[in-house]
Amino acid sequence: MIGKLLAISLTAIFVQNFVLVKFLGICPFLGVSKKVDTALGMGMAVTFVMTLASMMTWLCQNYILVPLRIEYMQTIAFIVIIAALVQFVEMFLQKYIPSLYSALGIYLPLITTNCAVLGVALLNIQQNPPYNLLESMVNGFASGLGFLLAIVLFAGVRERLEFSDIPKSFQGFPIALVSASLLALAFMGFNGMTFNF
Amino acid sequence: MSGLLKTFKNGIFDENPTFVQLIGMCPTLAVTTSLANGIGMGLSATVVLTLSNVVISLLRKLIPSKVRIAAYVAIIATFVTVIDLMLQAFVPSLSESLGIFIPLIVVNCIILARAEAFASKNGVIKSAADGLGMGLGFTIALSLISAIREILGAGTILGFSVGISTPATVMILPPGGFLTLGLILGIMNVIKNRKGGKKS
Repeated sequence: MIGKLLAISLTAIFVQNFVLVKFLGICPFLGVSKKVDTALGMGMAVTFVMTLASMMTWLCQNYILVPLRIEYMQTIAFIVIIAALVQFVEMFLQKYIPSLYSALGIYLPLITTNCAVLGVALLNIQQNPPYNLLESMVNGFASGLGFLLAIVLFAGVRERLEFSDIPKSFQGFPIALVSASLLALAFMGFNGMTFNF
Repeated sequence: MSGLLKTFKNGIFDENPTFVQLIGMCPTLAVTTSLANGIGMGLSATVVLTLSNVVISLLRKLIPSKVRIAAYVAIIATFVTVIDLMLQAFVPSLSESLGIFIPLIVVNCIILARAEAFASKNGVIKSAADGLGMGLGFTIALSLISAIREILGAGTILGFSVGISTPATVMILPPGGFLTLGLILGIMNVIKNRKGGKKS
């Protein structure tokens, strides 16, 4: 059991990295990766929400949608759950952990439209053989960690880019995308790895 | 009438969602491995964008501003579900190759951005023109990126060979996506800077 969970985690973080291999969550990856600090905050917020969203959507799928045979409502149900969840997390943190709330601040509401969150929820229930609740949550958490890893690495690269001599036309987004390409190339080294514990 | 045309053109050129506003990046990079996928994704998003713009514009006076985002998301999700089911029924091969990126149109920032920035403030016909323009701008951008990636990465265009004997497979893999978009944006800047230089 532990071995399987470890295999799911390592696969989600490295081999099937959400950002660099699956292309999910690109908007925040490009938008909030100018500084390592903010990237870290965003990554943590996303990891937190992805773990919770994996749990809630799994429960919704298996205890509401499947018994009622309304699986086609999946997209609508999941996005509503995620939006509500983000709102709830925001209110909870504001009240009980204000330090974390002020650290994550503006990133929390943005997460609703982060496709990594809806993506992990949809991928969790498409697994064959299907994931159980714990496996879904571990997959959500590890995918979030993969996002965190990618965005922090990328922010580190972009901080260095600030001081580099770049042709005028390539400053800003173009060079950032080319660097992201090299980062993705590095992650392709993990391609095809499988883990058996 | 000319106002409508201007709104329509705005999405294709001046405010092209992909090349100028840099939003909706996930599908832009993920599904552009072949021209057919790029066009399929672009058109699906266009349909959802136009329909949701029309409905949101119709309801703009009824939706309370406090819950407007939730209402927009519910409307968009409805149309995405319709498109998803229709693609599964009529073009199963496209539906399979686009995979989870069809349901993910819900969280495509372009659609929510147009709902918030345009459809909630303008009339029905204008919103429809805006949706069509933005959608076509997105489709053109996706087609360009996916055509480049398919030619260089697979040596084909729409599945027909173009006579490249050893295609660079990396172009249809994730790094190629980032690289193609980065270079296109860079080249567009070069052209823009040249033009600007001549004027001054």
